[in-house]
Amino acid sequence: MYEGIVQDLIDELGRLPGVGPKSAQRIAFHLLAAEPSDVLRLAEILREVKAKVRFCRICGNVAESEECRVCLDTRRDLTVICVVEEPKDVVAVERTREFRGRYHVLGGAISPIEGIGPDDLRVKELMTRLADGTVTELILATDPNLEGEATATYLARLVKPMGLTVSRLASGLPVGGDLEYADEITLGRAFEGRRSLEV
Amino acid sequence: MYVAALELVDFRSYSHVQIDLRPGVSVLVGRNGQGKTNVVEAIGYLATLGSHRVAADQPLVRHEAERSVIRAAVEREGRRLLLEIEIVPGKSNRARINKSQLPRPRELLGVLRTVMFAPEDLTLVRGDPDSRRGFLDELMMLRTPRLAGVKADYERTLKQRNALLKSAAATRGSFDVTTLAVWNDHLVQLGSELVHERLMLVSDLCAPVRQAYADLAPASGEAELGYKASWTNAAPLADQLSRDQIAAEFRESLARVERDELQRGVTLAGPHRDDLLLRLGDHPAKGYASHGESWSMVLALRLASFALLRMDGDDPVLILDDVFAELDSTRRERLAEMVVDAEQVLVTAAVADDIPATLSGDRFTVEAGQVLSDPAADRGDA
Repeated sequence: MYEGIVQDLIDELGRLPGVGPKSAQRIAFHLLAAEPSDVLRLAEILREVKAKVRFCRICGNVAESEECRVCLDTRRDLTVICVVEEPKDVVAVERTREFRGRYHVLGGAISPIEGIGPDDLRVKELMTRLADGTVTELILATDPNLEGEATATYLARLVKPMGLTVSRLASGLPVGGDLEYADEITLGRAFEGRRSLEV
Repeated sequence: MYVAALELVDFRSYSHVQIDLRPGVSVLVGRNGQGKTNVVEAIGYLATLGSHRVAADQPLVRHEAERSVIRAAVEREGRRLLLEIEIVPGKSNRARINKSQLPRPRELLGVLRTVMFAPEDLTLVRGDPDSRRGFLDELMMLRTPRLAGVKADYERTLKQRNALLKSAAATRGSFDVTTLAVWNDHLVQLGSELVHERLMLVSDLCAPVRQAYADLAPASGEAELGYKASWTNAAPLADQLSRDQIAAEFRESLARVERDELQRGVTLAGPHRDDLLLRLGDHPAKGYASHGESWSMVLALRLASFALLRMDGDDPVLILDDVFAELDSTRRERLAEMVVDAEQVLVTAAVADDIPATLSGDRFTVEAGQVLSDPAADRGDA
């Protein structure tokens, strides 16, 4: 245990995701040794981030104004929505430059163990967006794990009566990989989701 | 296949020990509490990623140490593989093959295959269904390692579903029906695959169990296996049920028990509540079988596992942990005759005289955390 405020700093840092007690201690001492101006800049940014960054009124992505960059972009296709769990997933899909529609960020996945049900996610907001009939296609891009799959199945059931085109991201082999190194589950899924080769 | 060398670091009572082994029979002799079982337990852990004695990993790590390492050189189809697992309680374990790290320890399953006979096995006959489910699942995963993933997913889905039922029980009905339907879908999909595989395994085991039991106890009745499902009244189940049929029945039964489940907050139907039925003649083995008959049944199950794994090609490593002390002299002799031709047999005993002469081979003395090769008893053929 260190004295008062130093220990407070270590405790606070230790609450960050992926930071254990040892790392927290290292970061704390790095901050103590760093130039005051560097540390103050970090503190300023932390304050600013909390003050300025909001969540987009429409899709729930991080934004600096009422709406996020994607939702403000008039060139985007208004008929397609891609549903993701977290804002970082928006960034991942954006990097592909394949998708020209808009997003909907749920803020997590259904997980009763952690007490997260549909009401804790932005499901109602999604239904509101779908209500006026502009959107004709829904792409479910939740994580390919149990909770993500359950969330996708849940949404698919929910919107079924609306007659939208609903699709789930394909899961399969990594590009540039070797077949022999794929694990059985991935390879099995890739087999299930195979498509005919048009020549 | 056989284990050619074993090294333990901070495992159970050992701070460090290294043992060279050969194909054929190796016997570890030592008084109780000296660490014989720890050696074979470590080999079993490499094969099944679990101990046959304890459910948690903590007792496997030597007192005061943070982690333990099991390292073994395994000779398999003429090739030597170096298997390693690092057990770190409270964190994730790490596994390596030939020094390269595996993405998940689970991928070690199926590389080294063992069949373990141990005093704890008596619970297979006398204990609760979970020990018999454990027997089936462990053997299933040794034969088809992919199913370890299905089982893990099923268990996770079950936990999620139970958590949902519990919260529904707490709020008295104000819950989302669609969410339950979603978990039902996943539970049925994973559960039906698990049941389907178990049924095929039970059907494969029937003949070798009957045979082994008849060899061990010729005068006693016939040994029969069956599968008791928690999600249908039909018992014993026929093995020709397709996955779709299983899924349909399982789904129906979930609908039947839903009211109960919502009240009690647990999943009441599914492979996690099924049982392997063991019968001797006209009676269930549990409650009816004598001590000797129970032991014969247990040995028959293990011998049948050995026979099944052997059919896939390579002999699994046979481990007989302290079982001879539990058996009368006739069963000892018969068991010894039935295992002696396996590629490698590892035997532990407190008293050397308990081991039938048929199983002569390399001798090791285990004492106070040391394993010493016993040159006097070395085989002449070396």
